[in-house]
Amino acid sequence: MGLSWNNNRYGEDKVSDACGLFGMMDTSGKRFSAKDPVKAMINMHDRGNGLGAGFAVYGIYPEYKQYYALHIMYMDKIAKANTEQFLNDHFKVVFEEEIPTREANVWNPPILWRYFVEPKKPSISTISLDDYVVDQVMRINTETGKSFVFSSGKDMGVFKGVGYPEDIADFFRLDEYEGHLWTCHSRFPTNTPGWWGGAHPFNILDWTVVHNGELSSYGINKRYLEMFGYKCTMQTDTEVMAYTFDLLMRKQKLPIELVSKVLAPPLWIEIEEMPSKKRETYESLRQCYGSLLMNGPFAVIVAHKGEMIGLSDRIKLRPFTAGVKGDILYLSSEQAAIRAVSPNLDKVWNPKGGEPVVGRLKEILFEEMAVKKVATTI
Amino acid sequence: MITHSQPEFVVERDQDLCLRCKVCVNQCAYDTHSYDPEEDVIVNKDENCVNCQRCVTFCPSKAIEIKQNPSKFKENFHWTQEAVSGIKLQSETGGIILTGMGCNKPEFTYWDRLLLNASQVTNPSIDPLREPMELITYLGSKPNKLKFENSDISLETKFSPQIRLETPILFSAISYGAVSFNVHQSLARAANEVGTLFNTGEGGLDRRLYKHGKNAIVQVASGRFGVKPDYLNAGAAIEIKIGQGAKPGIGGHLPGEKVEQDISKTRMIPVGTDALSPAPQHDIYSIEDLRQLIFALKEATDYTKPVSVKIAAVHNSAAISSGMVRAGADIIALDGVRGSTGAAPRIIRDNVGIPIELAIASVDQRLRDEGIRNKASIIVGGGIRSSADVTKAIALGADAVYIATAALVSIGCTICQKCYTGKCPWGIATTDPYLVKRINPDIATRRLVNLLRGWNNEIKEIMGGMGINAIESVRGNRLSLRGVGLSERELKVLGIKLAGE
Repeated sequence: MGLSWNNNRYGEDKVSDACGLFGMMDTSGKRFSAKDPVKAMINMHDRGNGLGAGFAVYGIYPEYKQYYALHIMYMDKIAKANTEQFLNDHFKVVFEEEIPTREANVWNPPILWRYFVEPKKPSISTISLDDYVVDQVMRINTETGKSFVFSSGKDMGVFKGVGYPEDIADFFRLDEYEGHLWTCHSRFPTNTPGWWGGAHPFNILDWTVVHNGELSSYGINKRYLEMFGYKCTMQTDTEVMAYTFDLLMRKQKLPIELVSKVLAPPLWIEIEEMPSKKRETYESLRQCYGSLLMNGPFAVIVAHKGEMIGLSDRIKLRPFTAGVKGDILYLSSEQAAIRAVSPNLDKVWNPKGGEPVVGRLKEILFEEMAVKKVATTI
Repeated sequence: MITHSQPEFVVERDQDLCLRCKVCVNQCAYDTHSYDPEEDVIVNKDENCVNCQRCVTFCPSKAIEIKQNPSKFKENFHWTQEAVSGIKLQSETGGIILTGMGCNKPEFTYWDRLLLNASQVTNPSIDPLREPMELITYLGSKPNKLKFENSDISLETKFSPQIRLETPILFSAISYGAVSFNVHQSLARAANEVGTLFNTGEGGLDRRLYKHGKNAIVQVASGRFGVKPDYLNAGAAIEIKIGQGAKPGIGGHLPGEKVEQDISKTRMIPVGTDALSPAPQHDIYSIEDLRQLIFALKEATDYTKPVSVKIAAVHNSAAISSGMVRAGADIIALDGVRGSTGAAPRIIRDNVGIPIELAIASVDQRLRDEGIRNKASIIVGGGIRSSADVTKAIALGADAVYIATAALVSIGCTICQKCYTGKCPWGIATTDPYLVKRINPDIATRRLVNLLRGWNNEIKEIMGGMGINAIESVRGNRLSLRGVGLSERELKVLGIKLAGE
C-alpha cells in the first residue's frame, strides 16, 4: 500500500479515533524545548497506536513573525510544482525551504516544504487578509488532491505524521525548536489507515486543535457548519471542532467562556436555577447554537496566538486534567503525564465537564489591555 | 334500486354467551344491533357495521366478534375490493366517496425502512434512568449569531418570540365541531400537564378553554371561524392553515347538524348552518399575500407570538417552504400524505400529496442550502405512530412533530374511518349530546398524558443508546439513520446512507 492521500478510504460517515492529548504553556512567554512535551507523550504511549501523532508549537519563527508560515505536504513533485505556481500567483514568497527532517521510525513520509509568505490580495477584495489566506488554503487542500497545507499561521508551526509522538518529534528534529506553547497529540484511529494529513493537530491560520473524542452529534454539527460555508472534507470530529472554534471565536467573536457553553452547555435544570440575566444568556446560547452542542465524549485543546484552551464534554466522558507550576500551565489526558515532567506541581485538578481551562500569555494580555485603554480614551 | 354493495363486515354473536343485556344495542351509533323481544335474541344488520369495536369492547360476556365479510368479489389484484365496491356505491348515489382519518394505503410509509443508530465501544451509550436526558425544545425563529456586550456578557441580540416545550411532540389541529368540547378540553389539559401545545384547529377556541391558551396554537384557516382579537391573543402561537395532508387543496364542510349552541358561539356562525371552509384562503392567492397575513397577525398580537404556516406536503414543498420562511413564517408545519381528517373525499386522501419523510428531508435540506434553516422551526405530522417515528422525523430534520390520530387512538378511536358520519360511537368525532358523554375529560386527559410520558421515556432510551443526552443533537442528525430496501434515489432525497454503508 502506497501513501494514501485519502483520510476516509472506506467512505464512512466520519473517521473515528481516540487519543492522548497534552498541552504545555509558559504564560510568561519564555520559550522551552520539546523535551518535556515529548516525555509526557511517551508516558501516554498506549493512548495511541502509531497511526498518527503531531505537535503544534507557538513562537518558533521570531525572525519571520509577520509572515504566514505555510507547511505543505506533497504526494509527488508534479503536485509541488503546480502548488508552487499557485503560491506565486497568490502570495509573495519571502523564504522557502524543505522542512528539516532526519531518519526516524516513521511511516512513508511525503515531501515536506515550508514557505513564509505575504498574501497578494487583490485590492478590490474586501475580505480580511486572514480570510484570504483561509480561502487559498482551502483551495489547495480541496482542489489539488495531492498537496495539503497542514500549517498556515504566523510564528507557529504544526508538525505531524504517521508514527508514535516520539518518532514524529525525532523525524521533524523538534529538539531543535523552542516555543512558549506546545500542544501534542497521539492517535488511536479505529477505521482509517494512517495518513499524514489526517494526524492532529488540525490547523487553520494560527488556530490549532488537538482532540480526543467521538461526537455522536457529528451529523448535525457538520450540517450546521455547512450552512456557514464550511466544507467538512476531512470527515473527522476534529475538523468539526476546529471549524466551530473558527466560526464562534474568530468570526463571531464570542469569548471562550461562552463558546465552551455552546459546545458543552449546562443542563436545562441548572440553567433554570441561574439568576435571570445569566439564565437569559445561557438559554439564548442553547436556543441559537443547539446544533453546535458537541454531544458525546470529547476532550480538546485549542490554541491560537497567546492562548491555550482546554475543554471536555458536558458529562465528562473523556479524561482531562490540568496542572500549574509557576508560570506553566499543563493540560493532559492523564495526570501521570504531567507528573512525569513536573512532579511537584503547585496545583493539579480535574476540570469539570464543560468548564474551560484557559492559559493566556501575560504580555499579550498587557498589549490587549493597552489597546482597550486607547480605545476607551478615544 | 337494489343495492349491489355487500356489507364490509359481519357480526358474529355467540348466542350461548349473549346475556341479552343490550349493551351493544345501546352502544352502537349505527343501529347495527337490535333486540327482538318476541324471540328474546339480539339480531344484527351487518351492512350498518363500521367495525369500530365499541360493542366488542363493552360486551360483558365477550359474545361478539366482528369479522371481515368472507363473501367477496372474485379476487383481482387490479380490480380490488375497494375499487369495485367504490364503483358500485357511486353508481347508486352519484356522489363523491367520503372517508375519515388518514390514507390507509401500504405504499407510502418510509418510517419502517429507516433504522436508528446506537453507540458501541468508541463512544459510550448513556443510561437515561441514571443520567439526565433533555427533550426541551424551543420553537420560533433563531438568529444566525449572538452578540453580547463585552463588559458583563449581557445579550445584545433580540430574539423573536420563542415557545418552550418539554417534549418535541405537539397535538395537531383538531377543530372544535369536528370533535366535541370534551375532546378539546382533554387535549388542552393534557398539553398543559405535559408542557406542550395543542392546536385548536380551524373551529376557534371555546371561551371556557381560554385559560389553557398558553398551551394552544390558535389556527386561522380559510373559513376564519372564531378568529377575533381575543382568540389570537389567547394562544401561545398562531397558525395559518393553508392545507392539510389528508386533503391538499380541498376545503372543509362541517354539516349544520353538528353546529349546536356552543359551537355556533365559538365559530361565530348561526346554529344549524353549515360551516364551509373555502379551498384556498381568499386573501392569499400568492406568496406576497401570505406575507401580508403573517404580518397582519403579528401586528394584531404585537409581535409577541410566533406565526406558523401549515401546508400539506406536496411536490414542491421545499420551494414553497423557502418562500414561507422568507415571507416571515417563524414555524413551518408540514402535513404528509398520511395526515388525518374528519372528512375528505377518499380519492383526494389516497392520491394527493407526498410522504412526510421525503418532505421533511427535502425541506430541511433546502432551507439549509439557502442558509435560512435557523429562521424557522419545522413541525411535521401525518401518520406518526410511535416514539420511533418521532425520533426518525427529528433526525431527518424536524424540530418537533404533530400527532392527532395517535392522540385520538389513546382516548378511544379505533380508526374505523367513519368520522364524517358525525356518529362516532367512541364519542370523539361527534357533537351528539348522547355520544359526547362517552369521553370523560378526566380519564381522556390521563390517557393522553400517559401516552406522551411513555413516548418521552422511549425517546430518551433511544437517545441514550445513541450516546446523546440532548434532543438538539438528534435534530437533523441524519448520520444516525440508515435505510433498508430503498433505491439510490430515495436514499439521496432522504439524505441518508444504506444500512451497512
